[in-house]
Parts: sequence; structure tokens; C-alpha cells
Amino acid sequence: MILTIAKREFRSMFLSPLAWVILAVIQLILAWSFFKSIDVFFEIQSDLTTLKNAPGVTDLIASPLFEVASIILLMLTPLLTMRLISEEKRSGTMSLLLSAPLSISEIVLGKYLGLLFFIMIIVLLIVLMPASLAMGTQLDYAKMLCGAFGLFIMLAAFSSAGLYMSSLTENPMIAAISTFGFLLLLWMINVNSASAGDGANLLSYLSLHTHFSAMMRGILNTRDIAYFILFITGFVVLTIRQLETQRLQG
Amino acid sequence: MHSLISVNNLTRRYGDFCAVNNISFELAAGDILGFLGPNGAGKSTTMQMLTGSLAPTLGEITINGIDLLEQPKAAKASLGYLPENPPLYKEMTVTEYLRYCARLHHIDRSRQTAICDSAIERCGLDDVRRRLIRNLSKGYQQRVGIAQAILHSPPVIILDEPTVGLDPIQIMEIRSLIKTLGQSHGIILCTHILPEVQAVCNRVQIINQGELVYSADMKDMLSTETRRFEISLSAKIEREMLARHAVFKSINIIDNNSFTAESDLPAEQLTAYIIRQQWGLTRFTTQQTSLEQMFIDLTLSDTNMTNSSISRKKRLDDRLQTNAT
Repeated sequence: MILTIAKREFRSMFLSPLAWVILAVIQLILAWSFFKSIDVFFEIQSDLTTLKNAPGVTDLIASPLFEVASIILLMLTPLLTMRLISEEKRSGTMSLLLSAPLSISEIVLGKYLGLLFFIMIIVLLIVLMPASLAMGTQLDYAKMLCGAFGLFIMLAAFSSAGLYMSSLTENPMIAAISTFGFLLLLWMINVNSASAGDGANLLSYLSLHTHFSAMMRGILNTRDIAYFILFITGFVVLTIRQLETQRLQG
Repeated sequence: MHSLISVNNLTRRYGDFCAVNNISFELAAGDILGFLGPNGAGKSTTMQMLTGSLAPTLGEITINGIDLLEQPKAAKASLGYLPENPPLYKEMTVTEYLRYCARLHHIDRSRQTAICDSAIERCGLDDVRRRLIRNLSKGYQQRVGIAQAILHSPPVIILDEPTVGLDPIQIMEIRSLIKTLGQSHGIILCTHILPEVQAVCNRVQIINQGELVYSADMKDMLSTETRRFEISLSAKIEREMLARHAVFKSINIIDNNSFTAESDLPAEQLTAYIIRQQWGLTRFTTQQTSLEQMFIDLTLSDTNMTNSSISRKKRLDDRLQTNAT
């Protein structure tokens, strides 16, 4: 049942131009950034041979690419999530789901899962770019996979926040802006954490960026994974609660 | 016979405002229940509660013997609902949409095609089955909404203003569809269109300011009404002339040759009476305004609220008394 909703959600994204435009924009910007970093790599290649513990092509091309992708997607994910629930409420299709033999959790999980399918496509398309280098050189696949996984789980976290914001309002624009604001805040909350102290540690822990950059370095830490899973679970549960409350209070 | 829907002391409050106050009613198989009320009377709130989109403050709802609040999934399985705005995904085609609805109702893959085809045929959607719902006219969209509600042939069908935006022929088709469905299902029909209720329903309920003010079988209601007739004569009509005949009550003269009047006599006796007077009867019509009149009587709110609810209750009691006798 969750899958039925997820499949419809996924297909309906491709029925509107939004998904195609977002995929195109991401590919275009990242392709440019990808070629740029290849260019840089060729310039410094001769210097690298003299270094003892030189960073490989994966560190110099794949990781920066994922970093750029994460920033672009910080801006674009709110556009993907803004309509998830607000649109159903606005067009009245929510009552179709509510009067069908479904629980609210199934509705929310179905919608979230549908979005995750789409995010997988985004990540896959991004990974294809550095993977194409395998034709000419040796890649650190484990490190790349770790980076791709980091990108995916972070986008999943972005989406869960977007899902919740979308359940709060009937207006997609408001959902998009509040999601973007919230994510941006969490992204840069650790900017001043250079100054020591408990508060700085806490801010650094809360920041999405701290956890993401560890995975970019190829470090798969349970602490980071736990952070993302807590983040996602928290917002999905909040969304379910929010819809239950709306049913109770009207 | 066990009832398909049974509603007990249903109450819904929004803060201090009481939208639905202590409503109880039942729906049996084969019933087509007309649910009437002015705007803001609590019709939609009641329908939302019956379909599980809104939780009641107090009271209980049983659908097909299953408690809606305790086992919502099982109870909703026997429910088909067309809300005021048909819940359509406009970027899908008619067939895709109906298949999706079938899947939402846990219908086996093998039966999906057959079920969708039969709903498409019943609602006359065959010409547009491959078109995007977005591009359909309002009438067709409405029919897709109806198709969605009857798709899984649920025991209970709730239709909120199903004939809005349809042309007269479609309205006739949908009404006859509702009548056919009513033989095997229980149907609640929410509408503002009073003739529709008279044409289709066999029971009627009127709700006003959150309270159920009237509930009766259609045939009882029609038989207790004083009849009003419109009569045209070739003779010139004068008030004094008519007033001499006790069979006419509350006479209203329209022009020189026609008038309306109430009478306790049934139509056939009244025509015979007029013919005996040799007035030259040219036209005789029974006016079907009974439900409309009752609707206005019951829902026109007095300025004094407390008085109105007491007098409404009294009127209701009076009605029930006359129905009983």
C-alpha cells in the first residue's frame, strides 16, 4: 500500500516539468564544476607526484563534486518537497486518501518513499560523472560509494524536513521558503564553532555540514549515520503527528 | 435488517463553536438518504466525520457493523466517498486514476481492469478514458469523481452534491444511476437541490445549525403535506366566488383565469368537484413545493436563538406526531 502511493508520487513528478527541469539544472551546473575540477587536476598533476601521501583523483574530483551538489540541492530540495502534502490538501485529493482504507502513517511514508526514489535518481546521475573517469584511471570506489551514500542520506534528511513543512501549510511557496530557511540555518550553524566551549560543540553536532563532510572524507561513522536517521525519523513522525492533529482539530 | 451506518450522538466542536450537535441516525441497505441543510449547517462536517477525514468530538460511528474510530481501516473499506470537490489527480488519465483508486482499495491486480471498465461504463466515461483529467470538462470530471466512489462497489456510498456542473441529460443519467445503486447499496446524498431529493431519495433528513431538525420517509412526508394546486378556468375568477366553496383554502389569485389554493381533498376528487361547478376547467397542476416549503420553515432562523431552537423542536415534535398518526 505504501508502495502504491510511492509509485504514484514518483510518476507524478515526471508528469510535471518540475522534475525534468531540476534534473537538468543539477546536471548542467555539476557538469561544469566537474570539468573545472578535472582541469585543475591536470594542472597540479605533476606536483602531486612529488608528494608522499598525495590525494588521489577521487579526493580531488569526486568529493568536491559532491560538496557542490550538496549546496545546489540544499536550494533545490525544498522545491521538490513543497508540494508533497500541501498540494493534496489544496486540490482536495487528501480526502481521497483519508477516506480510503489507509492509515495516515502509510500515506506519509508512501509519499516520502516516492521522493526517495527520485533522490536516488539524482544521486545516481551525479555519481555517473566521476565514475566515467574509471575509463582512464583507477578510482577509489569505496570512498566514492561512501560519498554517494553521504549525499543520499543527507538529501533524505533534507526531504524529511521538507515533508514536514509541507504538512504545515496549504501554500507550497511557504513550505518551500521555510524548508530552505531551516536547512540553511542547520547547514551554517557551525560557522562560529571555531571558538571552543560546550555550546560550540552542540552547534557543531547539530550542523548538517559537520556530518556530511566527514562522509566526504570517506569516514563512515555511526555517529553521523545515527544523526541522519534520527533527523529523518523525527521529521517523518512529526509529519504523521501533524496530520493526525489536523484530523482531530479540523 | 442490520444498518449500514449507525451514528450515535455525534458532536463536533471547533473551539467554542459547535458545528454538529448530538446527531443520531441510521442508514439501511436499500436506503437513499437525502441530507439537506442550508450553507454552514454542518452537512460537510458530518460527511467528513463519516468518512474519517475528521475526528468527532463526541459520539460514535459504525459503518457496516465496524466502529470507524476503533478500526478505521476496516470500516473505511466499505465506504465510497465523493467530496464536494472531486478528488482528482489532474495529471493522470481517467483509466490511470481509476486504477490507482482501485489499488488504494486493495483490489487484486487481476480484478482491477474489470472493475475500472465497469465503473467507466456506468458513468459514461468510455469516450474520454485515455484523456488527461485536467483537459476534461467540469461535468466529466464530476463523473470521474462518481466513478471513483462506486468503483469498488462499497456497501455505503456518500455523495456530496454529485450533479453539480452536469447538463440536464447527464443529471438524469446520474440520478437513474443513483437509483439503481440504491437498490443494493446504502447511499447518502448531500445536496442543495430539493427536486433531486424528491426524485431520488426514499428518506430525507434536514440539518440546521448543527442539529437534526427533520427526519422522515419520503412517502410519509408527502402524504402528510397539505396539497397545493394550481387551477386555470375559462370562467372569470372572483375571490368571492371561490370563497363560497369550503374545499379551497388559502386562495391566491394569479390572474383572471387562474389561481392556486390548498385543499384537503385528493386531486381526483377535487377535479370532479370543479367539473361539477361547470367553471370550464382548462388546467390543473399539483404543486410539488412541499419539501421546499418544509425546508424553508425548518431552516429559516429566528432572530431570537433560544426561541428558535425551542420552536424548531416543537415543530419537529408536531411533525413526528402527524407522521405517527
